[in-house]
Amino acid sequence: MRPQDILTPQPAGLACKPGGFHIDPVRPVERAVITHGHSDHARAGHGAVLATQETLDMMRLRYGENFARSTQAIRYGEEVRLGDVTIKFHPAGHVLGSAQVAVTCEGTRIVASGDYKDAPDPTCTPFEVVPCDVFITEATFGLPVFRHGDAAVQIEKLLASAKLFPERAHLVGAYSLGKAQRVIALLRAAGYDAPIYLHGAMEKITHYYQSRGIELGELKAVKGVKKADLAGTITLAPPSATSDVWTRRFPDPVTAFASGWMRVRARARQGGVELPLVISDHADWDGLTATIKATNAGEIWVTHGQEDALVHWCKTQGLSARPLDLVGYGDEDSGEDEVQVSGEGGEI
Amino acid sequence: MNRFAELLDRLAYEPGRNNKLRLITSYFRTVEDPDRGYALAALTGALSFKHAKPGLIRDLIAERTDPTLFALSYDYVGDLSETVALMWPKQSHDRLHNNPPPPTLTEVVTTLRTLGKTEIPRQLSRWLDDLDETGRWALLKLVTGAMRIGISARLAKTAAAALGDKDAHDVELIWPGLTPPYLDLFAWLEGRGEKPVNRDPAPFRPVMLAHAIEDADFANLNPADYIAEWKWDGIRVQAVSGRDPQGALVTRLYSRSGEDITKSFPDLLPSLHLPGAIDGELLVVREGRVQSFNVLQQRLNRKAVSPKLIREYPAHLRAYDLLGDDEMDLRELSFAERRKRLAAFVQRLDDSRIDLSPAIAFDSWELLAAARRDPASVGAGEDSEAVEGVMLKRRDALYLPGRPKGQWWKWKRDPHVIDAVLMYAQRGHGKRSSYYSDYTFGVWTGAEDDAQLVPVGKAYFGFTDEELMQIDRFVRRNTTEKFGPVRQVVHEPDQGLVIEVAFEGLQRSTRHKSGVAMRFPRISRLRWDKPPREADRLETLERLLKSPTTSELTESG
Repeated sequence: MRPQDILTPQPAGLACKPGGFHIDPVRPVERAVITHGHSDHARAGHGAVLATQETLDMMRLRYGENFARSTQAIRYGEEVRLGDVTIKFHPAGHVLGSAQVAVTCEGTRIVASGDYKDAPDPTCTPFEVVPCDVFITEATFGLPVFRHGDAAVQIEKLLASAKLFPERAHLVGAYSLGKAQRVIALLRAAGYDAPIYLHGAMEKITHYYQSRGIELGELKAVKGVKKADLAGTITLAPPSATSDVWTRRFPDPVTAFASGWMRVRARARQGGVELPLVISDHADWDGLTATIKATNAGEIWVTHGQEDALVHWCKTQGLSARPLDLVGYGDEDSGEDEVQVSGEGGEI
Repeated sequence: MNRFAELLDRLAYEPGRNNKLRLITSYFRTVEDPDRGYALAALTGALSFKHAKPGLIRDLIAERTDPTLFALSYDYVGDLSETVALMWPKQSHDRLHNNPPPPTLTEVVTTLRTLGKTEIPRQLSRWLDDLDETGRWALLKLVTGAMRIGISARLAKTAAAALGDKDAHDVELIWPGLTPPYLDLFAWLEGRGEKPVNRDPAPFRPVMLAHAIEDADFANLNPADYIAEWKWDGIRVQAVSGRDPQGALVTRLYSRSGEDITKSFPDLLPSLHLPGAIDGELLVVREGRVQSFNVLQQRLNRKAVSPKLIREYPAHLRAYDLLGDDEMDLRELSFAERRKRLAAFVQRLDDSRIDLSPAIAFDSWELLAAARRDPASVGAGEDSEAVEGVMLKRRDALYLPGRPKGQWWKWKRDPHVIDAVLMYAQRGHGKRSSYYSDYTFGVWTGAEDDAQLVPVGKAYFGFTDEELMQIDRFVRRNTTEKFGPVRQVVHEPDQGLVIEVAFEGLQRSTRHKSGVAMRFPRISRLRWDKPPREADRLETLERLLKSPTTSELTESG
């Protein structure tokens, strides 16, 4: 069977006809396989949902108990037979519970990696390279200008600023699922042990991370805290809140934003960011190209992001590559958080 | 270099002046000599080496990257230095160790000073290999001479002065005698050395500035205490002549911020043939008539000054004040006394290019108001077009650097105003980052029945906090399109917001689609009462450009 007959882009998402399911469907379908909990990938209203326990929990937190007719949890490394295909989940290193889905049919293996990163992250299981025939890769940061570097260095920058401006509050815009918890964990790893404040919109998900055994230290709700008491503190907030009237409760806030886009000055300036922190949950250019090589796949399908450059690069490496026209996936690094767009995906 | 790069990076995003100062001072405190001295030189524009051309940078990156990937990246990033800094693929060296330390700022600056042109590309590549993204960005900005991070030399000096709890004026006073990397300056600021002595025979003296006068101020002022003179619309300069140890006369011209602009006005130098320091206004005078600021503009920011330029735009100095007469410092004398000496000094100079700024006779504020309204009838004569307003100076005022209270006042003529339509709004910075506070406005052009709005300027102040909230609300409710941080606001003949924009002057501009550029535009009133169709037309502005006197519009507006 040809790979494109195993997995086919459709308006509802990536369809697996021989298996009778869709991967990360953007419209309600009978059977959905979900890679991770971000709202543009994990939507409500499907019949049956197969995903990791964490992803299912996150969907339950966001959409309520009845987000799907039935659910099935699957562990990393576990294999499931669906129709004529076998699927197996592997860690994607993107956020807690994120997975790559390996679909095998008649000896051909396609890996749909969802969103992934190969950089270390204390809040989720590390990315695993899965050898395959066809590798479906994201391309959010698919330009050679995107090199995220060491996130710890960015955290040092934040801490140095907090030290230099003890009378100001530091507001860190970070996507509420994944990025925020990673930033907190990085702050703790850097030895910052003061309480970290949270915007109301990220309390629930952050506490869920803690319930899964991820150490985040002392966290406090920012709501109700006096303005003067916020001097010298660090608060995590959804990116859109950092340019909102909400910020007026902070003393002369320094606006930081943790995102891979912060590598590009114009992007940082556009958002009125004063302290850009290059921290991303997506693979950077080096990560994308290294992963593609490591999978040994002869054919690469490129989706959501800068497809052109990555397809071009694959071809210069003698790999067969094409953009996969899937719509409906945002990029949580861009600053539009699900808190504001609730289930409609971010801006592209 | 990395520390300096971090500083530049942080400064580039920081909107607040005091926060910028904190960042720079903290850098000076933690970085050692001579690196911090070269950083101070870089921030004050005191470094001199041949700048690398963008073409050279392009060649470097072309050698190392795939052209398609570079084109896509450049297209995305939009800035050459930044694109190169970000996508530069490091190459390991054939050196003994794999990770050579990144170059220091000192190494970069001193190497660039001596390096031959042909050696630059190889050296640059090596440095680019050794630095990280931010370091590469700062290096490329430095070597192409395009720092543009919104730091004035004055701010950098203020930050250095803060290191020793000194005032920026203290640094300004000795600055002309100092050279990078300013070891003696930092030693003094840190209490480790003597105050450097300014041995410059023609030093800059920090200037004294005036406050804008408000109607309410007059009640407390006595006309008899003041001398009034015209406020000329040129550029404020300080012309200093002094003798070096060999007895030769050294002459320099400084801008009000202390920048040496001597090279731009060679035609004025021979006229300054006596040792002394004049505070005055640089003007262009043709056949005895002072020309408008637009004409003077032709002489500003020129790299080369051609004989033709000098012939057509002859420089002239109108003297306001005398700060030094030969060896004598006059700044501790009263203004009345200094003015007396100035008159004598100008007479001794006896040169047609230098004259005394005439005083305006008045004994009541009403008389002065009349003079301000109609300078032509009260002595300004044909030069009245170049009068920007009236200056009031206390007779007993010492020459105090900065903007001391109650000493000097400026009383500008009414600014020009037009009614324009709000077209785009952008979020502000810092405290204003949650408000749309930067406004692009336009006026009508084209046939009456098919008029289009063309942007003529941008304003981000002039409104009260309450007006800001009102505009912010209007912008949010009437957005028709979003481009990043910019919102397009409805601007139809019958729908939109008319704002009254005040501005100081107008000049032709090829950079603006409308062909005109405003000086110092700000919002003077919100015209909620006016439909956009009644806003001004571009022709009104064009007439203003042509008309010999720009006061016409003021009266009709």
